[in-house]
Amino acid sequence: MSAKDEILGRIRTALADTPVTEEVPREYRTTSTMSQEQLIELLVDRLVDYKAGVEVIEAEQIPEFVASKLKDASSVVYPQGLDARWLSALGSEVELRLDAPGARLSVAELDATSAVVTSSAVSVAESGTIILDGQPDQGRRAISLVPDHHVCIVPVSTIVQLLPEAMPRLSITRPLTWISGPSATSDIELERVEGVHGPRTLDVLMVRGL
Amino acid sequence: MTQVFLGMPAGGQGNLFEQEPFPKAAHRELGNTQMRKNLRHATHSIRDKRLKVVGELPDWEALRNAGSTIKNNSMATLEERLLEFEKNFTARGGVVHWARDADEANKIVTDLVRGTGATEVVKVKSMATQEIGLNEHLESEGIDAFETDLAELIVQLGQDKPSHILVPAIHKNRTEVRDIFLKEMPVVDPNLTDEPAKLAEAARAHLRKKFLAAKVAISGANFALADTGTLGVVESEGNGRMCLTLPETLITVMGIEKVLPHWEDVEVFMQLLPRSSTGERMNPYTSLWTGVTEDDGPQNVHIVLLDNGRTRALADRFGRTALNCIRCSACMNVCPVYERTGGHAYGSTYPGPIGAILSPLLTGIEVEENGSLPYASSLCGACYEACPVKINIPEILVHLRGEDVDAKREKHKLPTQMDLLMKGGSWALGKGKNIGLLEKALPLGRLAAGKDKKIKKLPGIAAGWTKSRDIPAPPNKSFRDWWSDEKESK
Ligand code: SF4
Repeated sequence: MSAKDEILGRIRTALADTPVTEEVPREYRTTSTMSQEQLIELLVDRLVDYKAGVEVIEAEQIPEFVASKLKDASSVVYPQGLDARWLSALGSEVELRLDAPGARLSVAELDATSAVVTSSAVSVAESGTIILDGQPDQGRRAISLVPDHHVCIVPVSTIVQLLPEAMPRLSITRPLTWISGPSATSDIELERVEGVHGPRTLDVLMVRGL
Repeated sequence: MTQVFLGMPAGGQGNLFEQEPFPKAAHRELGNTQMRKNLRHATHSIRDKRLKVVGELPDWEALRNAGSTIKNNSMATLEERLLEFEKNFTARGGVVHWARDADEANKIVTDLVRGTGATEVVKVKSMATQEIGLNEHLESEGIDAFETDLAELIVQLGQDKPSHILVPAIHKNRTEVRDIFLKEMPVVDPNLTDEPAKLAEAARAHLRKKFLAAKVAISGANFALADTGTLGVVESEGNGRMCLTLPETLITVMGIEKVLPHWEDVEVFMQLLPRSSTGERMNPYTSLWTGVTEDDGPQNVHIVLLDNGRTRALADRFGRTALNCIRCSACMNVCPVYERTGGHAYGSTYPGPIGAILSPLLTGIEVEENGSLPYASSLCGACYEACPVKINIPEILVHLRGEDVDAKREKHKLPTQMDLLMKGGSWALGKGKNIGLLEKALPLGRLAAGKDKKIKKLPGIAAGWTKSRDIPAPPNKSFRDWWSDEKESK
């Protein structure tokens, strides 16, 4: 008998008392009562608590702020779907590296790249969580992981208060990365310390009018 | 009744056993004052954090109720859920393997690694692979497994054993960690300080090359979503993202109980888990993947669905809710016994209150080695209150004590450290005081026992129970007495 058949057989035997299923009581909060300004304020508070850098800006300020965040970078990777104008104010000494289908940067190249700029799909204010779902303006997972500095664009229209509000906006079968602050660890004496294997600097630009 | 022959639930193997009876191990571990200090410091700070972030959510109880029901439903329909998951994961290019026990899972993983030609793998923390002893097995087959989680790295470099499910090196303080790094890392700054940020940086430097060059990664999973075939890993450091993204081959080992029916269920567990485990509103990184995504991440994606005693636990209708555990570790962080004895005293991969019920449920209580675990509790109830999926650990402990007594009687053996009067479970659980009263009766029980060490008659509340049977005499000292002595000698 195959392992699968045997395990499934064991399950049937184990459940011989036929336990019943019950309707799941979903009495938790699923809709927000907050205004957009309150959502922005809440998300800023959470991200600052995680030691991320946060700016709330207008759409036309993106190039300027991207450039100021990346003033020390020597190279920047960006995904194919990112609005190229956002990178237009970067100094000429900053090398721009496009990651596109058919023209992928190797892991070694990514490791030698100072920073990455991506957009994001949806953000949850209550927990300070930014979700990337691999759309063309966010790129494949490796590019937002290997460089040590991540500049992430969050359109304020994509902010929700609660996780259950974010779910319908996600396509769950895409590769998802939920980011709540720069990489951190609680492994030494259960204290959160920022900066391990993921990007050690996370700069979030929350953008109105995008 | 062919189904009976199709498969009888069997006990699990691997690192699920007490190495010695709990009270004995506990006594020894209690002598380790540095460890007790470290544990006290860590568990107390996490308790306060947890209470604060849990208190922020007005709907915490509603989330717990939902979480508990979702898990119950999943266990009640486990066969369908697993088949559904298999179908969806396979449709997206993943390969599903089934493993009856630890040996079979180890063999599957070894063969998969061999098939890639790799001789080393990177690993992201997984309870399941620890349970089956995968690292040791791979090593014996000539494959090096590198733990990448900071705490696991500390444990692996220090040739130590994990003592906590979330923070396996919780028994080590920062200075001890620094000393291990200085001694064991091939390339390390000799002036490394014990500042946690510096230690994290040393770990980053140590593992960076491994991540960038790894061909094969092995992971666990915090959940599997049946209706989409999605897997999820919840982590902090980014080592998980490295393992799940960069290698060509990804092998996930997951217990069959981790499957959730609907993808929306994530919204419940991702609110319950981070707040209960590290006391954060959200952990820094969570990754979800569904089979293979072209041009993004590993292109060879496998999952090993592991039984190893889970069906044995499922067969226990009073104990099966232990399978609902989401491994948040809140129960051990609030447990007064764990705080003093540490995780090593429990022997098994699963320490603390959940370990005290899960280990014997997975192996079978009649397995001699795990008979004393259900007594490793003062039944104070803090674990039940903290548990995000409302597992009634004290009730299951009492149930297992009863099973232990029955198992021992069957073998005509005297009980070892058991507390017989716990048979009066529901009454005893009502109030802490009642438990005390019951246990106070123990010395009397000894007196009442004749030369043959059998008690014919007990006074007071237990009389009704002893009327129907002879019971073996209880040990000299009940756990509770031992416990109050310990507390005073602290
Ligand atoms: S039993 Fe409950 S509290 Fe303990 S680890 Fe499991 S889910 Fe967490």
